[in-house]
Amino acid sequence: MIRDITIGQYYPADSVIHRLDPRTKLVGTLVFIISLFMFRSFAAYGVSVLFLAGVIRASKVPFKFLIRGMKSIMVLLLITVAFNLFMIPGETLVQVWKLKITDEGLYTAIYMAVRLSFLIIGSSIMTLTTTPNQLTDGLEKGLRPLNKVNVPVHEVAMMMSIALRFIPILLEETDKIMKAQTARGADFDEGGLIQKAKGMVPLLVPLFVSAFRRANDLAMAMEARGYHGGEGRTKMRPLHYEKRDRNAYLILVLYLVLMYAAKKLIGV
Amino acid sequence: MMSIIKASKLVHEYQKLGEDGRVESSYRAVDGVDLEVEPGQFIAILGHNGSGKSTLAKHLNAILLPSEGSVHVDGKDTRDAEKLWEIRKTAGMVFQNPDNQIIGTVVDEDVAFGPENMGVPTDKIKKRVEEGLKTVGMWKYRSHSPNKLSGGQKQRVAIAGVVAMHPKCIVFDEPTAMLDPIGRKEVIEAAKRLNREEGVTVILITHYMEEVVEADRVIVMDQGKVLMQGTPREVFSEVELLKEHRLDVPQVTMLAYELRKSGMDIPKGILTMEELADALVQEKKAP
Repeated sequence: MIRDITIGQYYPADSVIHRLDPRTKLVGTLVFIISLFMFRSFAAYGVSVLFLAGVIRASKVPFKFLIRGMKSIMVLLLITVAFNLFMIPGETLVQVWKLKITDEGLYTAIYMAVRLSFLIIGSSIMTLTTTPNQLTDGLEKGLRPLNKVNVPVHEVAMMMSIALRFIPILLEETDKIMKAQTARGADFDEGGLIQKAKGMVPLLVPLFVSAFRRANDLAMAMEARGYHGGEGRTKMRPLHYEKRDRNAYLILVLYLVLMYAAKKLIGV
Repeated sequence: MMSIIKASKLVHEYQKLGEDGRVESSYRAVDGVDLEVEPGQFIAILGHNGSGKSTLAKHLNAILLPSEGSVHVDGKDTRDAEKLWEIRKTAGMVFQNPDNQIIGTVVDEDVAFGPENMGVPTDKIKKRVEEGLKTVGMWKYRSHSPNKLSGGQKQRVAIAGVVAMHPKCIVFDEPTAMLDPIGRKEVIEAAKRLNREEGVTVILITHYMEEVVEADRVIVMDQGKVLMQGTPREVFSEVELLKEHRLDVPQVTMLAYELRKSGMDIPKGILTMEELADALVQEKKAP
């Protein structure tokens, strides 16, 4: 069923990580990614491995789910590794025909591979344990200070959550229009690239028209229900930090200190 | 008693602007309508496409403003911009397309949308959501995604969302037009129950004649004007007039009308199967 698809890939489970405030998870992921770029050292990455392993364990998300997320970037990962491996000048280690692998290249390639895969795993843990709604809520509340410099934070968050709600509806509509046009003799599969692109016109035009109509209806329905922006709005489930969020932040700081220490003391 | 909705000499004009911004043509979607609704009533507005019934409906909670005349909701003029949100709190609205009026990605979040906009405190929102969903019998679906519900269920969620705002009056703008017969029944039942048990004033706009049989008053619109109004019995007695304006009558009423025309002694304005059966028995008994 086309309606069953979810954006991101939320893995429902009852774990500490799932219960964390979405802001904590957003900040945590951001800090984790930055730390990967700041501390370029194998010892520090060792700390990262331990940290990641701990978080995965606590999140109760099966490891194969994380690996599945990795598959999609495998090509990107291989290209990056290949480029770094062969293109970076330095002392030649191995030479096959015109391709040579240098020591510098080897190091960089390994760093890149580790960094990229940690980055993907780290952010997948966030999307696997946070519903899209919680994410937009977290963004709205976390970015609220930006309101002072006239960034319409509430509006952006509202648009994001409405977009999330309408993606499956529009997908289904696309499916319907496609069938209707196929029944009238439209061909979406054959021909070259240009032919195919032209074939999209009878699909996209009705889809756009209907999307605008929906937007119009929705705006009216929202107004009828008293929507007038973020001002004076309350929440059914307001976000507030719990004790576990404070602990999570403490662990995060500890992680940074350990990474720094590992790099300084071991220095590899 | 003060009427909850009072429209007097209401006119709404749609204008078509030319490229230079001047009015090229205009047409009156609503043309001099007087309407008065007492609290607790169940009013049905009938009419086919283009009769102006939906335009009228959108005036009742200030989505559209009158071109001429006035609309008062619970004593407040809809043109008074300061009272806008109060008016929308008083008169809720349920629209035709169930997909295009659900904002939340989870059922209970959607029901909470209205109260959240009104600034209701958090703990009270939860109570209102529970009440609203229980009124329409959707409480057990509270943590579902609206995308997985049927049309009738989605429409009931939309009703719950309006109920949670505690309105005195709910305007249903063709709530069943996109539903299958089962969904249609669910929605009409929910509207009737709200009117009967909660005392909410209901204004039902529809083109299904069967849905209006139990209304307190039926208003028939045609070309922006009120063609006739009265109790369902009064309105459906005028079969010829309705047919002249390309409007249907309930099937039973039609049958009774034809029987009467062919010479049987059956009273005018029969609305239900039971009534017709009784009338036929009476007819048989008479010499």
